[in-house]
Amino acid sequence: MSPAGVMGAVFNLNHPAHTVDWHFIHLSVANVVVIGLMLVVFLLAILVPFPGAARRRAARRDGDAS
Amino acid sequence: MSGVGPPPATAPSKSWTVKVREKGVDALPPDRLLPDGQPTYVASWIYVFGVASIAALIVIIGSGSILALKGPAWWHYTGVGHFFNSIHMWSVELFFFAMVVHLWGKYWMAAWRGGRGRVWVTGAVTFLIAIPAALTGYVSQQNFDAQWIATQAKDAMNSVGVGAFFNLTNFGQMYSYHVLLLPVAVVLLVAAHVLLVRRNGVVPPFELEQKLPVAARAAPETDGPPRSSTGATS
Repeated sequence: MSPAGVMGAVFNLNHPAHTVDWHFIHLSVANVVVIGLMLVVFLLAILVPFPGAARRRAARRDGDAS
Repeated sequence: MSGVGPPPATAPSKSWTVKVREKGVDALPPDRLLPDGQPTYVASWIYVFGVASIAALIVIIGSGSILALKGPAWWHYTGVGHFFNSIHMWSVELFFFAMVVHLWGKYWMAAWRGGRGRVWVTGAVTFLIAIPAALTGYVSQQNFDAQWIATQAKDAMNSVGVGAFFNLTNFGQMYSYHVLLLPVAVVLLVAAHVLLVRRNGVVPPFELEQKLPVAARAAPETDGPPRSSTGATS
């Protein structure tokens, strides 16, 4: 099977979009996935420490103390 | 005979160029326009998404320029054309993804504090202008997908009374909006947004703002060479 055929088997788009319906809310599953990913990335951006942040803060404190 | 020498020692010129220069330097001193460093609290992932949006915008403009040069037959019927078409579409996805996370982050830290109202407004308006920029892109694809989106979206435009000025089924008008008017608006707004951030400084966290002297809240000290004794440590 060609690479495009393999991808087509995994991501079969040859059908109407699946949707999430709740009262007046009507969203495609694809959009729900993207919104969920944005929420996850937002939380990770707050919670995951930035590389070198502690070192920079310590260096700044040392600089202020001296 | 005589070469280019120093200007004559006369009264300072007040030509429009001098006035513009003086106002420009007053509004954006060089050390704020291109600072040595950023405050220590900027070392957080939540501050990354603004520049991620700009990076995606650069890819959007670059790939879009190539698509505009080559035309619909190229982006529909060649492998390289498909590739650049996909680059353009996915960079738009990343642009909105990063911009929404940036917007959430700035909303929850009330980034309009400390005289930063114009920073917030330029960012919010950029988001609003980027939406029709993307919509006009979808209807400029020159395929059945574009026709479907155009005929569906025209009803929304007509229902709010702008259909006569913004006609989704008018390809020439939509393409002009997409490749010129709206991108120029987005780029100018982003440039103003970045310059205002440079002028006002990145908004400090709530906890830090309460510790800072009032004068330092608008543009706190960076972790580059110190300019004053008001160090911003978080």
